[in-house]
Amino acid sequence: MLTSGIILLAGSLLEPNPGLIFWTAVTFVIVLLILKKVAWGPILGALDEREKGIQSSIDRAHQAKDESEAILLKNKQLLAKADAESDRIIREGKDYAEKLRADFTDKAQVEAKKMIASAKDEIEQEKRRALDVLRNEVADLAVKGAEKIIKTALDADMQKKIVDTMIQDLSTKRN
Amino acid sequence: MAIIKVFAVLLPLLLSGYGIAAASSESSSGASGNMAVTPAVEAVHGGVEAAPEEEKAGAVIMHHILDNHVFSFEPFGSVELPRLSLPAAVPVLGGLDISVTKHVVMLWLVSALLLIVFSVVGLKYKTLSSRQAPKGLANAIEALVDFVRLDVAKSNIGHGYEKHLPYLLTVFFFILFCNLLGLIPYGATATGNVNVTLTLSIFTFFVTQTAAFKAHGVKGYLQHLTAGTHWSLWIIMVPIEIIGQFTKPFALTVRLFANMTAGHIIILSLIFISFILKSYVVAATVSVPFAIFIYLLELFVAFLQAFVFTMLSALFIGLATAHSSHDEHEAAVAHH
Repeated sequence: MLTSGIILLAGSLLEPNPGLIFWTAVTFVIVLLILKKVAWGPILGALDEREKGIQSSIDRAHQAKDESEAILLKNKQLLAKADAESDRIIREGKDYAEKLRADFTDKAQVEAKKMIASAKDEIEQEKRRALDVLRNEVADLAVKGAEKIIKTALDADMQKKIVDTMIQDLSTKRN
Repeated sequence: MAIIKVFAVLLPLLLSGYGIAAASSESSSGASGNMAVTPAVEAVHGGVEAAPEEEKAGAVIMHHILDNHVFSFEPFGSVELPRLSLPAAVPVLGGLDISVTKHVVMLWLVSALLLIVFSVVGLKYKTLSSRQAPKGLANAIEALVDFVRLDVAKSNIGHGYEKHLPYLLTVFFFILFCNLLGLIPYGATATGNVNVTLTLSIFTFFVTQTAAFKAHGVKGYLQHLTAGTHWSLWIIMVPIEIIGQFTKPFALTVRLFANMTAGHIIILSLIFISFILKSYVVAATVSVPFAIFIYLLELFVAFLQAFVFTMLSALFIGLATAHSSHDEHEAAVAHH
């Protein structure tokens, strides 16, 4: 039946040829085996390796990006912390200066008051001393007048006149 | 569209082929079948004299397309190829006619070319470090290899595609080189011979079946044949599924063979129009421009058909290895 089929189809496009099938099979299998060893192994290996290389590069790049972002965040935090610190220091300095200034003014005021008080005391003392001196002077003058009166005569009119003139003298002298 | 065109061209040639075969077997008895065709060729080439020219054109076209025991380099002469047969002692295949024909020579040329090109490329890749980009030939081949690897194998087979890559790559480049060598003057298209495409399809068939057995085991394979239907439908489903297993390689066989043959027949027919009409005007305005156009189309088809064969092989392997238990489970749930 097979041979009759071959004869029927001989010379046409569908002509069966077992020899050609045999050679195709043998050739193809040999080519497949050789190419598998010679070409597909190295080429596919290289492609796989490159694919993995690219993937790992991408992974590394992503990792580096994440890391740098983390570092940036950390830097920002550090910067904010430093800012806050400097703010605090400045504020503290200001406060301290304010306090110091207040202290100094208080002290100065106290000092001034003290000085004023002592000056007043001194003035008072001087005044008292001056009054004392004046009182002594007046007493001396009175004693001297009395002496003069006694010395001249014990004339009443005279005495009266003398005292009046003395007092007049005294008042003019004082003014 | 394309398939309809191919059949429109092929059908008359298939029929005329029978006529020629009958005529040649009558005129020459058996052994030297090519003797009958050769005078016809000479007649056409040496000037058209005899009466039925259309028939002669058909004979010449068939002579170009069909396999032959003579590798002819007209007008420089021809080489008679050796006729061999397996020794009778070989089991099963004993006494088989294994004559080296034109297409066998083309297969060997293709194989030699493949081995040379890919040894060179493979050697380059062995010396190439992963930090260097490939250049020149290696780069060109890599584009095709990567295409087959990702767009054909990985996208159709999915998990475990690496196992089938050597077969798919070899079949792709084997068919591609066969197709391209057929476009060179004096060359013949081995993939335009149904025996060659049948053999390649049988390889795909075996690879597919083996992959299916490996993926599902014998029980899963047999379950696959029932397509997950109710047992009462098995008497219909099982034969359909079994036929389906064989129609796939059959479709591969016919598609590649018909596509490669049709292009050559169209080119030769266009050229013979000018011989039949004996007109230089027709030759200059119709035959040559259209033949060139078809030739360029054939260049594209050479790549396309190599791709289609590989693609469908990958698809069949993918279908055979796909874990359909999930789908079946869903179908069962929907059924209840």
